[in-house]
Amino acid sequence: MDKELFTVSVFSENTVGLMSQVTIIFTRRCINIESICASECSIPGVHKWTITAWSTREVMEKVVKQIEKCVDVIRAFLLTDDDIVYQEVALYKVSTALLIDEPHLESIIRTHGARIIDVTREFTVIEKTGHYRETQALFEELKRYDIRQFVRSGRVTVTKSNREYVSEYIEEQKIRAERQKKS
Amino acid sequence: MSEMISGAEGLIKSLLSEGVDMVFGYPGGAIISVYDKLFDYQDKIRHILVRHEQGAIHAAQGYARITGRPGVVIVTSGPGAANVVTGLSDALMDSTPLVVISGQVASAFLGTDAFQETDVVAMTQQITKWAIQIRRPEDIPDAVARAFYIASTGRPGPVVLDIAKDAQIGMMEWQHKTCDYIRSYNPMPHVDSADVLEVAELLNNAKHPLILSGHGVAISNAEEELLQIAQTADIPVAATLLGLSTINSDVPQYKGMLGMHGNIGPNIATNKADVILALGMRFDDRVTGDAKKYALAPKIIHVDIDPSELNKNIKVFKAINADAKSFLSSLALFIKPNKHDEWNKLFEQCDKVEYDEVIMPEVHPNSGKMKMGEVVNAVTKAAGKGAVCVTDVGQNQMFASRYFKYSAPKSFISSGGLGTMGFGLPAAIGASMGAPDRTICLFVGDGGLQMTIQELGTIMEHGAKVKIVLLNNNFLGNVRQWQTLFFHSRYSQTHMLNPDFVALAAAYAIPGEDVTSREDLPAAIDRMLSHDGTYLLNVDIDASDMIFPMIPAGGTVDNIMLNENKKFSL
Ligand SMILES: Cc1ncc(C[n+]2csc(CCOP(=O)(O)OP(=O)(O)O)c2C)c(N)n1
Repeated sequence: MDKELFTVSVFSENTVGLMSQVTIIFTRRCINIESICASECSIPGVHKWTITAWSTREVMEKVVKQIEKCVDVIRAFLLTDDDIVYQEVALYKVSTALLIDEPHLESIIRTHGARIIDVTREFTVIEKTGHYRETQALFEELKRYDIRQFVRSGRVTVTKSNREYVSEYIEEQKIRAERQKKS
Repeated sequence: MSEMISGAEGLIKSLLSEGVDMVFGYPGGAIISVYDKLFDYQDKIRHILVRHEQGAIHAAQGYARITGRPGVVIVTSGPGAANVVTGLSDALMDSTPLVVISGQVASAFLGTDAFQETDVVAMTQQITKWAIQIRRPEDIPDAVARAFYIASTGRPGPVVLDIAKDAQIGMMEWQHKTCDYIRSYNPMPHVDSADVLEVAELLNNAKHPLILSGHGVAISNAEEELLQIAQTADIPVAATLLGLSTINSDVPQYKGMLGMHGNIGPNIATNKADVILALGMRFDDRVTGDAKKYALAPKIIHVDIDPSELNKNIKVFKAINADAKSFLSSLALFIKPNKHDEWNKLFEQCDKVEYDEVIMPEVHPNSGKMKMGEVVNAVTKAAGKGAVCVTDVGQNQMFASRYFKYSAPKSFISSGGLGTMGFGLPAAIGASMGAPDRTICLFVGDGGLQMTIQELGTIMEHGAKVKIVLLNNNFLGNVRQWQTLFFHSRYSQTHMLNPDFVALAAAYAIPGEDVTSREDLPAAIDRMLSHDGTYLLNVDIDASDMIFPMIPAGGTVDNIMLNENKKFSL
């Protein structure tokens, strides 16, 4: 079966060691993680991670259930590009001399909607946010000159849903907690 | 304000408030403060000093499996913790609740390769349900409460608390803590009444229904509900290995065991049923054979408390995330009385073939050396109602599981998912500690017994009562069987030169005897059973004996070998 790029959105408690517990679920099934990004989300205390990986839907559905099985994971969701708005950021370092000597570079930066975020006598750092395709396109163009360094972040995503996917679940859990206390 | 006590004492008070009265363990430098405090609480907590930490964890597993309560293990850091790794993995596979407490170097030394430091949390994360490190004494009460809650609810499993030395020594104000709620963990799924009605409808209308009863039925104590449904609607029940004793062997609806060495009827019926209700089981490859060709015709309803098991190994018609007992007690209300005489004939036909071709020659041979099946059969008859069968791993396990008769719930303890040789003896000790009034029969091979034989010392000191039936073929029999069948009888490294086991037991003040002839067997069994304490029967077994029927690994469930040369057909 053909592999697709899946995005897994994991909501968890902020527990030490959870990252390795989750990544090993991929490793056990020989799935290479493309990128992983984590930060606190709009719900205080809840961390959201975005993991991307190439695999099949059948396998990824099982992976997501196994992630959810971790005690400190609140929920995990399997998403495709249709469900989400996502972004990546890339940094490109070129020599400042090159920028001065090559007049084309200015228009390349301009047409790609990139921006310069740091300049010293020796080097200049250019930043571009966008989808992989877009940051890669700028990379290809700059490569024709000379790129000293290049880095691209993992994907960050928000879903097209109204609130965090996990909000409703957390509300339900509060009710469960109340019920538990009474009984 | 309550008085200040050490973390070590706080730990013991927290264990007491969880109802713990017995722990299995082994001391060492990084846990010595806890042992020092245990000294003060000897009248409240009985500590079983094992001879190896692997013995402690398997004993705790045996204890947990027979009592349904978490088994507690205490070990030191580094080598102590490393020695429980096999048991953790085993307990996770077999859904056994354990709370394992390991000492750890002081927090200032963490990550420095200090003496006897291993990263226990990292090492055990993948083989536990939950593993955390505690670095401050005041965190102990909460962690213990969570540990017991996580270990014993939902799909049970082992939990590790790795407690740094300074957290044991430091002072804290102890408070009674309980835990019945964790936001990220929802162990009791809600039973949907629409699901119940749909399943009732399917079962009531089925012509060829079949129930597969797994370990989840035992764990959730759903044996009565299962029996009621099976009898009301006359539905045949087959058990997985760990589902054995969820229904008594003499119930007419009970048709035997599934899987590689299971009974013919249940395996054949799997492909002929129209509706299968699979309860608290996980379609392990030893049950399904080739999963791609498994049970293609029937509508399978799979009920399991662990959602990650649903649609994992096989795709099912209906997956229901529920606790077996909650589900069955609702289902029982809608099951209509029924009769399935026609369908039951299939089992009769299969049973007849199995009896003539396999059971008869195994259980009632009239010449040659003794066979494992005949020994198990003789023991189970003599042991009577309510006896518990504990096994090690190998041929002994398969013969014991097949030929033992189960007449009460929680009567079968074995390492299923991991297949850990050396499990049997310590697990039987733990079972005996957990249920001192039950007759605990251990069936074990000469290979497996020697993997944890040091625990005879634990028996000597703590007085467990285990009827040790050593099925001694001087071979790693199960491997030998595969070598016979699939490797041209090239017996590479499976023969064993064995010690004098009876003399060895005697060195531990355990009585026993060699049994070399069939005529002596019944009297020897009587002596073993009537002795008030552990007793060893070293039974001389025919090494060429093989466990059949057999579905070769990766085969289909209806492709069954009756013996080396003959396949099953109706
Ligand atoms: C710890 C461990 N090592 C190896 C194995 C592989 N293995 C499975 S059965 C078996 C042979 C067991 O021999 P024995 O204990 O004498 O029992 P028998 O099969 O003869 O009844 C072996 C080596 C295992 N299951 N567990």
